[in-house]
Amino acid sequence: MFVRLGAAIAAITLVSGAALAEGKLTDPQIAHIAYTAGSIDIAAAKQAQTKATNKDVKAFADDMVRDHEAVNKQALDLVKKLNVTPEDNDTSKALSKAAADKLAELSKLSGAAYDKAYVANEVAYHKTVNGALETQLIPSASNAELKSLLQTGLKIFQGHEQHAEHVAAELK
Amino acid sequence: MQPGRLRLMIAALAFGAIAVPAQAATVRIVMENLVISPAEASAKVGDTIELVNKDVLTHTATARNGDFDVMMPPKKTATYVLEKPGSVDYYCRFHPNMKATLKIEP
Repeated sequence: MFVRLGAAIAAITLVSGAALAEGKLTDPQIAHIAYTAGSIDIAAAKQAQTKATNKDVKAFADDMVRDHEAVNKQALDLVKKLNVTPEDNDTSKALSKAAADKLAELSKLSGAAYDKAYVANEVAYHKTVNGALETQLIPSASNAELKSLLQTGLKIFQGHEQHAEHVAAELK
Repeated sequence: MQPGRLRLMIAALAFGAIAVPAQAATVRIVMENLVISPAEASAKVGDTIELVNKDVLTHTATARNGDFDVMMPPKKTATYVLEKPGSVDYYCRFHPNMKATLKIEP
């Protein structure tokens, strides 16, 4: 699992790097990446709501659905207000592909093994996304409101990362 | 400053301090960008705490000792009347990094 996870992260990093190499990410691309990243975590959390057995893991999944839906709603409201159409791109595609693989992999697990794998992936996933926000998405964003929303998002997702780490530590 | 005037000011301040607590007060606590402020607030039993949620996320003010558990939907304000004295540590159940203390005097 960890090897595959590593590969997925490497793929994301590689593609992000490629996208960057082509030039700066545009706001429509950034909005798409941020929204996609949120949707991915919502899908993972919804799977966890049906599969998780540990109560802390279930509660964490509820938190993820609640927060990421709230942030994604803000993002949708903002792109509407700014009259921006989110634009699909290689980073979004790589994220979606890696997430679909991970979801399929997790679907085969159950019980405590599932709980552990889900939470471990949440730690890794939030780390990756937070890193991307900090080093690529936020610095590349041109619109001040988009930048501000991404910064708020980063703060929220850093909290998620710590929360996930805490839950992971409790599972051991 | 003349000593006389200073005494008058102290007298006025003292009078103010005595006169105010006769009525229950409202203590405002703000949750914004996943931070509770002030991190430490003081109040008295009977006072109302006004919990202002400026975030787009739902927050809670949950006492570690179980005395209260108030939920604030996004961009909403909730109020709660303090019933028991004590120094209460509270946090947000959904975002456990958000922590603060409320000192409630009898």
